[in-house]
This record gives sequence, structure tokens and C-alpha cells, in this order.
Amino acid sequence: MWRRSPSFILDRTSSSPPMAADTTRAPQNPDSISAYYQTRAAHHGVITSEWLSQAQAAVGGVVSGDEHPVSSLNELGNEKSFNVIEEFNSWRKQPDLAEAVAAIRALAAVIRASEATTMMELEIELKTASDTLKSWDTTSISLTAGCDLFIRYVTRTSALEYEDFNSAKSRLLERAEKFGEISCKARRIIAMLSQDFIFDGCTILVHGLSRVVLEILKTAAQNNKLFRVLCTEGRPDGTGVLLSSELSKLDIPVKLLLDSAVAYSMDEVDMVFVGADGVVESGGIINMMGTYQIALVAHSMNKPVYVAAESYKFARLYPLDQKDMAPALRPIEFGLKIPTKVEVERSARDYTPPQYLTLLFTDLGVLSPSVVSDELIQLYL
Amino acid sequence: MDTRRGALAVPKVRRVGFFTPTEPPPESSQRPNRSQSGPVEATTSSSPLSDSPSGNLISPVLIPPSRHHSDNLTSHAAAPVPVPGPAAFRRYLAHDRSLHVGSYNAPDSLLGTSPPSSNGEFSEDSVSLFGFQRSDSTKLSASFPNGGFDLTLAVRAPQESETIIETASASEGKKKIAEVSGKSESVTTKPQKEKEPKSLKDKTTKAERRAIQEAQRAAKAAAKGEGKRHADESVEANPGKAAKKPQPKKERPPISSSVSEKTAVAVEKEKRMDVPQTQMQYDDKSRVDKAKRRAVVEQTETKNKVELFLHLPQYERGSQLPNLSSNFFTLDTIHHAVYKVGLQHLAGDISGDNARCIAMLQAFEEAIKDYTTPPMKDLTMDLTTKINGYVSFLIECRPLSMSMGNAIRFLKNQIRKLPVNLSEPEAKASLCSDIGRFIDEKIILSDKVIVQHAVSKIRDGEVLLTYGFSCVVEMILLYAHEIGKKFRVVIVDARPNLEGKKLLRRLVSRGLDCTYTHINAISYIMREATRVFLGASSIFSNGTLYSKVGTACVAMVANAFSVPVIVCCEAYKFHERVLLDSICSNELGDPDAVANIPSFSTKAKQSKMMDNNKNLQFLNLMYDSTPSEYISMIVSDYGMIPPTSIPVIVREYRRENLLL
Repeated sequence: MWRRSPSFILDRTSSSPPMAADTTRAPQNPDSISAYYQTRAAHHGVITSEWLSQAQAAVGGVVSGDEHPVSSLNELGNEKSFNVIEEFNSWRKQPDLAEAVAAIRALAAVIRASEATTMMELEIELKTASDTLKSWDTTSISLTAGCDLFIRYVTRTSALEYEDFNSAKSRLLERAEKFGEISCKARRIIAMLSQDFIFDGCTILVHGLSRVVLEILKTAAQNNKLFRVLCTEGRPDGTGVLLSSELSKLDIPVKLLLDSAVAYSMDEVDMVFVGADGVVESGGIINMMGTYQIALVAHSMNKPVYVAAESYKFARLYPLDQKDMAPALRPIEFGLKIPTKVEVERSARDYTPPQYLTLLFTDLGVLSPSVVSDELIQLYL
Repeated sequence: MDTRRGALAVPKVRRVGFFTPTEPPPESSQRPNRSQSGPVEATTSSSPLSDSPSGNLISPVLIPPSRHHSDNLTSHAAAPVPVPGPAAFRRYLAHDRSLHVGSYNAPDSLLGTSPPSSNGEFSEDSVSLFGFQRSDSTKLSASFPNGGFDLTLAVRAPQESETIIETASASEGKKKIAEVSGKSESVTTKPQKEKEPKSLKDKTTKAERRAIQEAQRAAKAAAKGEGKRHADESVEANPGKAAKKPQPKKERPPISSSVSEKTAVAVEKEKRMDVPQTQMQYDDKSRVDKAKRRAVVEQTETKNKVELFLHLPQYERGSQLPNLSSNFFTLDTIHHAVYKVGLQHLAGDISGDNARCIAMLQAFEEAIKDYTTPPMKDLTMDLTTKINGYVSFLIECRPLSMSMGNAIRFLKNQIRKLPVNLSEPEAKASLCSDIGRFIDEKIILSDKVIVQHAVSKIRDGEVLLTYGFSCVVEMILLYAHEIGKKFRVVIVDARPNLEGKKLLRRLVSRGLDCTYTHINAISYIMREATRVFLGASSIFSNGTLYSKVGTACVAMVANAFSVPVIVCCEAYKFHERVLLDSICSNELGDPDAVANIPSFSTKAKQSKMMDNNKNLQFLNLMYDSTPSEYISMIVSDYGMIPPTSIPVIVREYRRENLLL
């Protein structure tokens, strides 16, 4: 799977400064709100260029941010001797690193720090570390998938046949480094691949705040493509507002919509771009609430729906319907006081079945939804 | 025009893939074909390329290695274009599309009048090309008795062929003359025509071959001159033949002909082994007759067959069973364990794909245990033929399911791969353990894996709908109940087998909450269901589900109600074939089962009356196919996969499967 990553596409272009947004996080795990959502909330709270510049300056050191006290948050991870979670969080301080990539880095560090003397021990150690990471945030699909993929990628090697344990270990480390590298480059690769699909004069509808989609749009703007972006508002986090402010800085014409105005404005849209929290085995995606609805509208109006997702988000999940996955809950502000008897749907994401998606842009190439399963099968079985 | 027709014939020709190119043409259908095409060739024999249209259609298969890319371009389409002038010019032109098109329309006779005259390289290429094609086109038609051009008659009815032969051999003589004249012509005309002598040479070899075949035919005819129903005809035909024979016979000694006959037979046999066994078409009279002669089970065919399903075997039930079971102790060719399984299949005592497959494999295991290699024979070869015999017996009893086909393929592969130096007991032991492993790993263990996966999709408070009886689904439901999930089951059943009752009995006895209904109520009951679990007989590589008849209906109704349809199927049932409808490959059950309604009081009288009615046909289909778009998920031992991933599994694991 990783061997045929079209990373060569990057060689053609001058590497532009990476654009991204990530933050540290401060999840003081309140009971009902999912860790997944907290991550998102933390991200959204600070994803501004000002913050990014700050964060970039602070890379390597401790994040200066007064708003992000790096709290001791690993209630679950503490009992483990080598602290994966700590490692994980230190990687997360880099603004460009996605959650999964941070996890991959952390697991690589586990290998490096391991005192195991046999391959089996090392594998077990790795397994427990990844389990710790996964259980730390069960609702994050990309974290789980990233850990799984890493273990798969690293241990499925002929290194086990090496007689010398040290060389085997260095081999594993090598692979881990490579995996991390590919994962890091993934966003650039996707941005390059997607350029062929953006044509002059097109109108793009964007839902949610995806770093990949932002990268795609940014690259398109750098390539002097003329296009217009419609941003959904993205209640309750206001992701669309953040995205539109980012885009307006890049001089991209942008228009903000209410979430409920998607169908109204769909006829002027040429394509829909969304990110993904996870790509599941059927080829469908799990993404921010509202994606399904937009995909349905787009499908009924024959507009293509493109998904941009790094391949470490491919997960071995197979939801049959919306309720078939662990819900990630979030608080919702309605402005008005809501009577206690009224129930509130608090799920933060939904599942879009593959038949409503046109193509997936991944760092493995541009895939049709049914290929996702093929890739997963080849990787996991 | 001709080329058009040729292009239409391509699908037939494509089958050449199964053919070994070095093989001498089998004698049976070869002759008449030859002789018929004889006159045509005779009229145009001055141009060796005259049958280029027929050559054209195989050229995709047999493009010679190109020396120059333009040659390659021109060789099969534009080569015959009779453009006078330097080759370079012609090549240049050949790139032009209009010329390309023109070449298709160009009448072939033009060729003869002005064969391409130039550049050794080019013409040589084309010559070799057409040389190949010619010889091959005949082979092709020979290899497919009814796939020839218009010779099915001759093949199907031997007695008729004799007369044809006579006319043919007459025309042959004509042809000979033409050929000779062609030769003399080529000798006298310009030497730069390299094509002529070469193809002529080709022709003479062909003539030789024809002579050999004729000799063979004559020998055969003489051998079976008596006792056959067309004896008189052949007697009549023989003298005529004999009169024509001597000429070719002189060219080659008769010994070589017998040798070539032998090799031909051997190759034929080999070919038969190589060609994947296709389902017999039961509307092909001659084949059915042949099969009947070999059959162990005597089946009587039903009278009123449904027109659309004539190609499927359809026999009267029940009549042969007592007869067969009395034969039980006088068996010679069939092992008793296999015989028993066959009878069980016939009587319907074993139903369900897994059960049938396991029973068959265990019978084979027993047969292998009792097997001893006859002296002077090879275990690998002999055992394979034995197994083939068993399999054809089982097919006579009841058509095999896809999964059984896969299992048999596995077993044969295992036999073929036995190391040569293994002693007989060792070989037998290894085969038995392989069979045991197949049953354990591919069926029993994979069922367990499937249950684990499927249970994760059952939530509390759900209503699960299932159709008919599937042992995997039963296991899933029981296991889910065992681990304390709260759910309700709707069992949909259908006449005439009413297999759902069995499931109902088992589930209710374990204390599950069940609803039982017939398929007539499916659209009503689907409203309640939240998941549909279905079993499978096979899944094809386009994702089509092949399962008990009625499954498609359930899946489609579920889809209409947007209820997810989950198919549970072990991976050994995946099949690399593609299925588009339920007609091509299906099984017919006992038509009386449809006709007889148990609650009818005047049943006997009724059915008797119905039997005699010529305008009434009963159709009891056993399987149907569900297109992949109605399936939400397939649960197999490789996890939960979408139906689009079946080819990946087949591709990635079939090889491994065979290795196992």
C-alpha cells in the first residue's frame, strides 16, 4: 500500500511551506463529552494564522500558548512505564502534525526506547503501547486507524527472519521513519493530485474545516486557478467561519452559507469538497455532521462529491447505518434556553455511504470508493 | 462485408486460448470443414491471401513479433491492401486512417490480382502471418465441432457427413488441380513474389495433412463398417474414397498417420483436461445421449419441460431411488461411501451447501483411504480419474453446488501436487489430512469467524429478518442470544421446501423470540425488520449472490425499505465466474413439489390431471441471483467486506487457497 504512494508528484514542485493547523489539546475529560470532540474543539478554538505563526515559532520548545497549559491528562496512560501518551503529546505540539501522525511518531519512539531483547517482546510492547493510545481516545478514528496501520506496516516485514535482533530493530525503525515521512507528506500529495479536478471558473462547496481541503484550495490558489468557494457555516463550531477567514486571506472569493442553505445554493456549485475523519471499509466516510446531508443533495443534483483523506484514516470499520458507530458527543449552544424535557442530538459526525461519493483523493492516488476496501484487504489480511 | 462477418465471428475464435498451437488438427470435424472450404479456395487459389478475412479475425491472437512498428500497424489490417509502389510509401499510407478503413472494405480478390510486391521484410512478415492464420483457422474450427463455420450438421449427424465427404473429395480433386496450376504460375511469374512459393509450400503440407486425415477416416470407417446404423452409407462412401485415396497415401506412409492419430488423441485428451469443465447443456441432444450411456443412475426425464430451462437437467424424482439402493452391494466403479452420499443427495437427505460439501469430502476421504493404486499405474493420474468418476456420479445424482466445485478443485490440485517420491500410504495420509484441514479451516473455523463478525452488528432491540434456512445464520442467532443480546427474529419461509421451519424449531427451543411468516407477507413484515441476514450458496466475482430461490426477492424488498442486507458466506464459496442472471446456471427441483399442495384433499386426482395437461409446465427453480447493489455487506472469514471486494479476495487468496 505504501510502496506505491504517488509521492513522486511532490518532486515536480518546489516544496512550499507547509500550511496546517494543529494544536495541543487540553482535554480535562468531562464525563459525557467525547475526547474526540475535545480535540476538535481545541483545534477550532485556535486555528488562526496568528496562532499558527506563534506555534511555528514555538516548535521544538514547549508551546508558549497561555491558553494551552499542557496538562497532565493521561489518566489511562500513566500506569504504563514508558509514557506513550506523553510522547504522543509532545509530537502533537508540532502544528503540522495530524493526530495520527503524532501517534505514529510516538510509536516509533516506543520502538527506539524499547529494552526488549526479542522480536516477540518488542511486538508485544508495541501492541500495548498502541492499545494505550487507542483507549486514550476511543472515538478518534484516525488515531485508531493510524496505530493499526503502523503496527501492520512495521511488523509485516521480513525483518522477523533476521537473526540479529538489533538489525531487525533498526530495520523496524527505518520502516517506522518511512511511514511517518509518507504520512507527513500525504497532505501535499493529495493537494497535488487534486489540482487536475479544479478548473477555472468553478464553484466549490466546502463543509467542515479540513486541513487537507484547505491545503488543496491553497495550492489551487497558488497555481493561479480562478475559483469560488462556498463555505457552510458549520454549526455549532463555526468551522466554516474559520475556513472562510483563512481563505479570504488567500484572496479566494468566498461566500458563507447557513448549513440549511446547502440545497438552495447547490445548483451553482460545481463540486463538493469534504475532508474525512475516517474512511471505512465500504468506501464511505465518517465526517463532521452534515456531510451526509450535503452528499445526498449533491448526489440528487448530479454534482460530484470529492473526499480528501490521507490513507492513515482508512479504518477497518463497516458501519451499516448512522447509529452503527460509537457516537462522538459534543455540547451544542442553541442560544435560547432549552427546556430540560427537550432532547438534543449531540452527535458530532455522521456516516456517508459510498454510493454518494464520487472520488476519494488520498496519498495512494485518486480512488473510487470501492477501491478503499481493496486497499484495506491487501493491507490487513 | 466479408470482413464484417468475420468480425462478428470473433467471439468464437477467441476461444482459441484453450488450444495448443502445435497440435495437429483432430480428425473428426476437420475433414468436412476442409472439403467445404475447398471449392472456395480453388476458385481463388491463385492468391494465397484469399482467406485473409478469416485470417483477419484471429490476427489479434497471433500477431507475429513486429520488426518495425509500422509493420505491426499494417500487418493485420492494412497489409492486404493492394497498393502498388514502394513499401515505404505503403507503410506511410498505412498510417492514414482512411486507408485503414478502406482496407477493411477492400475485396479480397483484389489481392490476388496484385499481391504486394516488394521489400522482403514486409512481405515476409505478412506471409508468415497468414501462414499461421490459415493453418490455425482450420484448427480452430476443428477444435470446436459446432463452432466451425457452417459444419455443425456434419458433426452432429455422422451419417450425413459421409455424403458431404463424397462431394468434398470431388471438389478436392478440383482443388488439387488449381493448386498445381497456382504452383506453375508462381514458378513462371516473377521471383520477387516471395509470398507465393511460401504459402504454396504451406499448402502442400496442408494437402499432406488432409491426406493423412482422409486415411484415418477411411481406416475408421472400415473398422466400424459393420454394426453401425449407417453401415450401408459408409460402404457406399468407402469405395469412392478409396478411389481418391491412393494419391495422398503415396505421399506419406500410413504408419505416420496412425502415429499422428495417436498424438492427436493424446492432445485431445490433454485438452479436455485443460479446458475448465463447463456445465453440460442438456438441450444438446447428442451430448446428453453420450452422457446417458455412461451414467450409473438411470434418470427418466420429465415430460413437460419449461422452455427457458431446457439446458438444465430435469428428471423425474423418486422412481430411481429403490433401484439404486438395491444396487448398493453390487458396486464396482463407485466407492460405497461416495455412493451413499450420492443417494443422500438424490433423496434430499442432505441439504444445505456446507453439509453437502462436508459429506462429499468425507466420502472422498474414505474412498482415498480404501484406494490402492492398480499395478502399472500412477497414483496421481489414476486417483484423479477415480475422483472424476465419483464427481460425475454425484452430478448425476444432483448437480453440484459452486462450493462443492471449489472443494473438488482443491482436492484435485492437492492430488496433482503430491510429491512424486511419496509412497502410497504417505500420499493417502497427506491427502486425507488435507481434506480434514479443508473442512476444519475453510468451513468450520470460518463459520466461527463469521459468527464473531456478524454478532458485532447486532444491537439490542433489533429485529433480524432471515430467509429460509442457513446454518451460519442459525449459528449467528444462537450465539447472539447466548451472549445476551436482546433481539427478535423474523423467519421468512417459502414453499415447497419450508426449510425455515427447521430454523424456527431450533430457535424457539432455545428460547428466542421468533415470528414465522411466508414470503407472500414480505413487504408487510419488512417494515419491522432492522437487519436482514442471508445465507449464500455462492458469491460470484461481480458480487452477485447466488442463493436459495426467493433470496433476491427478500433482498430487493429490504433494499426498498432501506434495511441493510448482510450476507454471510464462507470464502471458499466465492467463485471467480461472473453471473448475470438466474437462467444460465441454476438447478431444477422436483416439479411435483410445486404442483402438489399438501392440504388439497383430492390431491392425487388433481395432480394426475395436471400431469396430463400438455399446456401446463411446472417450474421449480432452486436458486436465484441477487445483484450486488442490493447487498450492503458480506461477512466472510476475511472480515466484513463490501460486495465489490469479492474479486480482490478471489484474486489474492485463490492462489493461496490452492497452495493451502
